[in-house]
Amino acid sequence: MLKKMAFSFPDEVLEHVFSFIQSDKDRNAVSMVCKSWYEIERWCRRKVFVGNCYAVSPRMVIRRFPEFRSIELKGKPHFADFNLVPDGWGGYVFPWIAEMAGAYPWLEEIRLKRMVVTDESLELIAKSFKNFKVLVLSSCEGFSTDGLAAIAASCKNLKELDLRDCEVDDLSAHWLSHFPETYTSLVSLNISCLGSDEASFSALERLVRRCTNLKTLRLNRAVPLDKIANILRHAPQLVEFGTGTYTADVRPDVYSDLAGVFSSCKELKSLSGFWDVIPDYLPAIYPVCSKLTSLNLSYATIQSPDLIKLVSHCPNLQRLLVLDYIEDSGLEVLASSCKDLQELRVFPSDPFGAEPNVSLTEQGLVAVSLGCPKLQSVLYFCRRMSNEALVTIARSRPNFTRFRLCIIEPKTADYLTLEPLDVGFGAIVQYCKDLRRLSLSGLLTDRVFEYIGTYAKKLEMLSVAFAGDSDLGLHHVLSGCESLRKLEIRDCPFGDKALLANAAKLETMRSLWMSSCAVSFAACKLLGQKMPRLNVEVIDERGPPDSRPENCPVDKLYIYRSIAGPRFDMPPFVWTMDEDSGLRLS
Amino acid sequence: MSSENGKRLLETDAGGLNFEATELTLGLPGEPRVTSDGGAKLGSKRGFSETVDLKLGDNNQEVKLGHSLQEAAKSPVSKTQVVGWPPVRGFARRGKKSCKYVKVAVDGAPYLRKVDLEIYNSYQQLLTSLEDMFSCFTIRNYLNEKKIDQVNGIEYMPTYEDKDGDWMLVGDVPWQLMKSSEAVGLGLKTAPKYSSTN
Repeated sequence: MLKKMAFSFPDEVLEHVFSFIQSDKDRNAVSMVCKSWYEIERWCRRKVFVGNCYAVSPRMVIRRFPEFRSIELKGKPHFADFNLVPDGWGGYVFPWIAEMAGAYPWLEEIRLKRMVVTDESLELIAKSFKNFKVLVLSSCEGFSTDGLAAIAASCKNLKELDLRDCEVDDLSAHWLSHFPETYTSLVSLNISCLGSDEASFSALERLVRRCTNLKTLRLNRAVPLDKIANILRHAPQLVEFGTGTYTADVRPDVYSDLAGVFSSCKELKSLSGFWDVIPDYLPAIYPVCSKLTSLNLSYATIQSPDLIKLVSHCPNLQRLLVLDYIEDSGLEVLASSCKDLQELRVFPSDPFGAEPNVSLTEQGLVAVSLGCPKLQSVLYFCRRMSNEALVTIARSRPNFTRFRLCIIEPKTADYLTLEPLDVGFGAIVQYCKDLRRLSLSGLLTDRVFEYIGTYAKKLEMLSVAFAGDSDLGLHHVLSGCESLRKLEIRDCPFGDKALLANAAKLETMRSLWMSSCAVSFAACKLLGQKMPRLNVEVIDERGPPDSRPENCPVDKLYIYRSIAGPRFDMPPFVWTMDEDSGLRLS
Repeated sequence: MSSENGKRLLETDAGGLNFEATELTLGLPGEPRVTSDGGAKLGSKRGFSETVDLKLGDNNQEVKLGHSLQEAAKSPVSKTQVVGWPPVRGFARRGKKSCKYVKVAVDGAPYLRKVDLEIYNSYQQLLTSLEDMFSCFTIRNYLNEKKIDQVNGIEYMPTYEDKDGDWMLVGDVPWQLMKSSEAVGLGLKTAPKYSSTN
């Protein structure tokens, strides 16, 4: 009786029900219930997420989802952020744009991360999608302000243009003038990555003035402090604002103008920018501090006392990004002032210096963990750590979902006991049962991986560097971490055994990166041969891997599951191990 | 150009010199040697603060020893970097896109340095940084002093080579203009009567 009812719902009803299901994971689950649900779901999916642009081809996506309006694509592996992926590796978006241009004239949103975007791609977007609304490029590269000019000129309904952390060839700031005078729909603009000196301030001011729905505005460093007042005066409705350079000769009129204008921004919740900041001008933002939930001071090279003063004015802070100038003392103040803090990132002011330049140690992190009951996400760079501190942190903050610790000197032991930090990180994975992301550092043996494999059942992403003793370490992780999707490893003594023994696991993950490890070319070939649904790519700038003995370790290895087969856009220093390569094994 | 002058001066002045003082080692010009136990050990490297005693060419040379040992302890040599470690994103490019590296030569210094003009916002910052780099020399702050003081001795004039190949005095054109279009190489030349025109 029940079975009959399920099949008797008309499609429109099911479609209506599905429209309340937005999350990608849930949509995927829905589509697997039965064939008819698969069919209905694929016709009404409006947002497509592709975590690895090489896992599937554009044509396959278009075939399955004929009516999506929004696509999100990710390209290069995460370690590309740290220069471990050579230029030219791949991640080109053009083939996707080209396919979608024909199939989806009504496409509205494109979100890309770590992809190569050319001016040609941007021009094609501008030309092909009449109702285009959202372009978010995160850590992308390959385009210039000419491409942006094309977007500005043609996309009459553009609401969001966000270029966070991109590398843009800044040919001219005049691209902003390409927004027609009739264009008023901008809601979000993030140009903080642009570098040009001669910024077109008047075009920017005019744009801000006429776009009365503007909620987010992140300026670039070139915008001087005295221009900020003019811009903010016409945008008191802003919710998120990023300043340009925050330095100028100290003048009372400039200061009071600035303070006045900030006071009138009653909706402001997030501030960023602050390049070259001088303390004299900081109090100008005090009027908005009590409402601030997000503060990004990662470019602010000011010292602890000024940081402390600022942070004490922000009791509602939920997210703080700051340099280690804040020091332990500043973090203690943070712990007592900001009880709503959820995310903290402390970056190193002098990452390549041999000696500490500030007084920031594990104590700061302990203070925040003890004092901030809602803290769940941490990225912390420091120079020393102890198991004792880690255990305290783990016990007091079992609600961590993201824990990334970078002890700057590789293989640094517990500074109190000189032991490895296995027990400390073990406590983290044991107590923090919802941990989804973990980055390890310091002196670590295979033991820490045993803890991780045993306890980190919800872990989705693990980053490892200069750790472990043997293949057993890798084996613990691959065999134990049930939810693992992304694993990235560098400079660890992990070789063939663990990889080959857990080959099947790799098909359940998005990707595995291993560089400067001990995986041999022979093992790569074997893996490529045995696992047709994995793309096994060897990256080696020394030359073809078969010009060296087979048992030689490869320089870099990137393995990812794919239903699209090997890719065809590889540069000369990338070799794919497909089924045929295995035939040459004797 | 300047390094050649420097070498010649060292040789001709050999008479009154302690040979050890003239020993050229791998130290970069301007790096002070730290000998107290409070500081970082630089091994056998020696900074210019040692060789400054050489009285390069003039009697009343004003000598500034730059950093005290105390300060030097705060700025030790960076260790060799591992690629991509620590994992900081584009650290060197934080907040800036372009890089304008120019060579800096000082009359009498055996090594040239390179500075990225993009990281400075004003002449003052640049001059301060150059003073730190070439800590044994006093660099005339041309912006603040009108007359060349020839009574107290030689000071170094900050100059730069523009795109026509002419040596220009720093400070005449606005900072941004010099940075973006004019400067090819910077030099610290001895005051006019000693400078060589190439």
